[in-house]
Amino acid sequence: MLKGRLGGFLFQLIALLLAFGFVSLILISVDASPGDAYKNMFTGSFGSMRKFAEVLVAFVPLLLVTAGLLVTFSSGLWNIGVEGQVVLGAIATTWVFRYFLESGLHPALAVTLAIFGGMLGGALWASFTGVLKVFGGVNEIFGGLGLNFVSTALTIYFIFGPWKRPGVASMSGTVPFPDEFSLPLLLNLRISPWALGIALIGIVVVYFILQGTYFGLRLKAVGKNFRAAYLLGIPTWQYSMYSFLICGALAGAAGAMQVAAVYHRLIPSISSGYGYLGLMVAMLINYKAIWAVPVALFFAALNIGSIQLPILMKLDSSLSGILQGVLVLFVLLAEGVRQKLAKKA
Amino acid sequence: MNIELKNIHKHFGKIHANKGINLNIPSGTIQGVLGENGAGKSTLMKILSGFIQADPGSEIILDGKPVVIHSPADAIRFGVGMLHQDPLDFPPMRVLDNFLLGIPGKLFPNRKEIAQGFSRLAREFDFSLDPESYVDSLTVGERQQLEIIRLLWLGARVFILDEPTTGISATQKEKLFATLKKLPEQAMTIIFVSHKLEDVESLCDQVAVMRAGELVGEVKPPYRTQKFVEMMFGKMVTLGERQPARAGETTLSLNNISLEDVRLQIKNINLDVKAGEVIGLAGMEGSGQGMFIRACAGLVRPVGGRIQLNGQDLTAKSYHKFKHAGVNFLPAARLEEGLIPGLSLTEHFVLAEEPKGIFIDRAAGQKLAEERIQSFNIRGTPPSMVEALSGGNQQRAELALLQSPLSLVLLEHPTRGLDIESVIYIWGKLKERCKQGASIIFISSDLDEILQYSDRLLVFFSGKVSQPMNASKTNVEALGQLMGGKGWAEMGDEHA
Repeated sequence: MLKGRLGGFLFQLIALLLAFGFVSLILISVDASPGDAYKNMFTGSFGSMRKFAEVLVAFVPLLLVTAGLLVTFSSGLWNIGVEGQVVLGAIATTWVFRYFLESGLHPALAVTLAIFGGMLGGALWASFTGVLKVFGGVNEIFGGLGLNFVSTALTIYFIFGPWKRPGVASMSGTVPFPDEFSLPLLLNLRISPWALGIALIGIVVVYFILQGTYFGLRLKAVGKNFRAAYLLGIPTWQYSMYSFLICGALAGAAGAMQVAAVYHRLIPSISSGYGYLGLMVAMLINYKAIWAVPVALFFAALNIGSIQLPILMKLDSSLSGILQGVLVLFVLLAEGVRQKLAKKA
Repeated sequence: MNIELKNIHKHFGKIHANKGINLNIPSGTIQGVLGENGAGKSTLMKILSGFIQADPGSEIILDGKPVVIHSPADAIRFGVGMLHQDPLDFPPMRVLDNFLLGIPGKLFPNRKEIAQGFSRLAREFDFSLDPESYVDSLTVGERQQLEIIRLLWLGARVFILDEPTTGISATQKEKLFATLKKLPEQAMTIIFVSHKLEDVESLCDQVAVMRAGELVGEVKPPYRTQKFVEMMFGKMVTLGERQPARAGETTLSLNNISLEDVRLQIKNINLDVKAGEVIGLAGMEGSGQGMFIRACAGLVRPVGGRIQLNGQDLTAKSYHKFKHAGVNFLPAARLEEGLIPGLSLTEHFVLAEEPKGIFIDRAAGQKLAEERIQSFNIRGTPPSMVEALSGGNQQRAELALLQSPLSLVLLEHPTRGLDIESVIYIWGKLKERCKQGASIIFISSDLDEILQYSDRLLVFFSGKVSQPMNASKTNVEALGQLMGGKGWAEMGDEHA
């Protein structure tokens, strides 16, 4: 029971229940009704078409980031710099848009170029972490974290420096782009079917790379045993770099979506923390691509569902973050306990 | 301190590492413990020093009192201290701080008082240790001195030294021996674990020889080297008929190769290996053969000389170039270096093949795995994870990963820990490779295996390499002497 697929599922279910139980205790301790809170979160995310569209808006970058992280985790790398890679994707996209603003280029082409620009920007930023790791011996966690801070500073610099609004620069970001410089939105909702399509293509491509290609198998070999992979003739450090580049490109695409489909400008918190949230999703699904879509959707729903909690219940909207964090911890804990018990049995 | 070990048994899973050891060491003795790698010396010493516990029924009696030693800290309370092969200290700290660390008790130690005690002890043994210098600036020999002082201060009356002469210079060794000879005067007991015949002969009052987990005998001076070698390695058993190689073209050619690492220097090796030939490398672990075989694989870059394979110059080329040229290396650490835990047998075989296109053909991979599993007699299925296989099956899986065709196969301990059928099976497979024109170079600590399967062999002893010897013209005794550092002068033509 402990070793089979069913056993794993059972333990995850227990973890889920424990997480909700734990958060319920917190809610009770502040005299809030857990039932009401969960109900409000549910209606806040799935209660109407408009709300569900908002969930999808959050789902798109989260899924792209998760897809990228599956690649780096497969090759044994902790790409915590993914947050900065999202930001640089957004900066690069903004830069391409600004470049073509007055050029008369067909807007569809400009948008396409801007998205590719974003992917390139993210990949370039990820390559810094990669180079630091491969040639400088800097652990990717430290390198990535450092570059995350730099990326935030860069955003602020652009918003208050070269790209500032005419007159007075402001935290509300750069001047919004004209409507045609946007991915087409669905009806009068905020979600772009194009963005959704790109995110789904991203995860499907990653799934097939990891499941069915020589490239994916070699990535996994490098991740599981760097030394043996080298001795088997796999060019190990190159594969580490490839995985940084792929993850960076997908994170960059997430940043591009934030600019081209959601905010239509560069704002200071353009990544909205989706990089870090993606790390949690990747851990929660135990690095299995097949689970990325449902879990990312669930996390996005928690984020959106909690937005109205302050108004409805005088609860802070960070409740969703608590629930997400607690959930990851309990799932990891359950997995650890299961493995320990399985070893004894 | 008087030590009695009675009926010491230790099992690690199926392995019986100590098989009922009985040993008496009187107070004030320098006791040698001799044996080849894996004979059970270290296990016995770890039991005595509390790192591991013996099986129930084993007894340790110190000065007539039976004791149970649960941990190294326990051991030092009973007066038993161990000096490890690699000193367990904290290099970026000062000598005195290292010394203070091991001293139990006070929150605020009296530095001055302890510094005086330290200096007094150091003077007594004629050590020149500056208490304020940093440990990483010390030589291995000085670090041993620090460790000795530390153990003395903690009240050790039994000193266990595990291979203490590895990696120290001749003068440092003399100094260490001089120190060790002083200790018994103060009723200290010393246990000196080594595989170096010369060291044991010059230092020890009595010697216990271990082989395959058993105490095969106790010897008192005068020592006869011949006798030690016989006891350590056992009598030679012939394993059927030898198959001489038909000499073919030269595959690997080494010209004046010199190698260096922190501990060893090997100078000017010249060797031509013929297609179909098997070269065995004999030597105690860490004598330079590991570095040599890695140099042949392109993993260690020689500091001088030329390497050629089938006439192609591979000097200073990368490992991947070597591999591409037809060199395969199978390391001893199967799960650390050879195989990838977490991947299945099928995935391993697919990885080892040249990729065909982008997508993996699952059906073909499955078929390949089934074929290999059958032809290499691996007890497992295509989706079996490699870490779930037994050692022998992991070894067979590693062999099944060898490319085809190959010019040179390099193997580290290809049959270590395997049962006799597996050994014969694996060598059958390897000899097939030889028939196809590959040369084999392998390391083994089993001298019978080396004599049985190699055509020529090299003996390594702390960086010295013998001339290639014809395997049919030598024997276990002669090899054992060379491995223990004896008889090199008589060889005359050895390398410096």
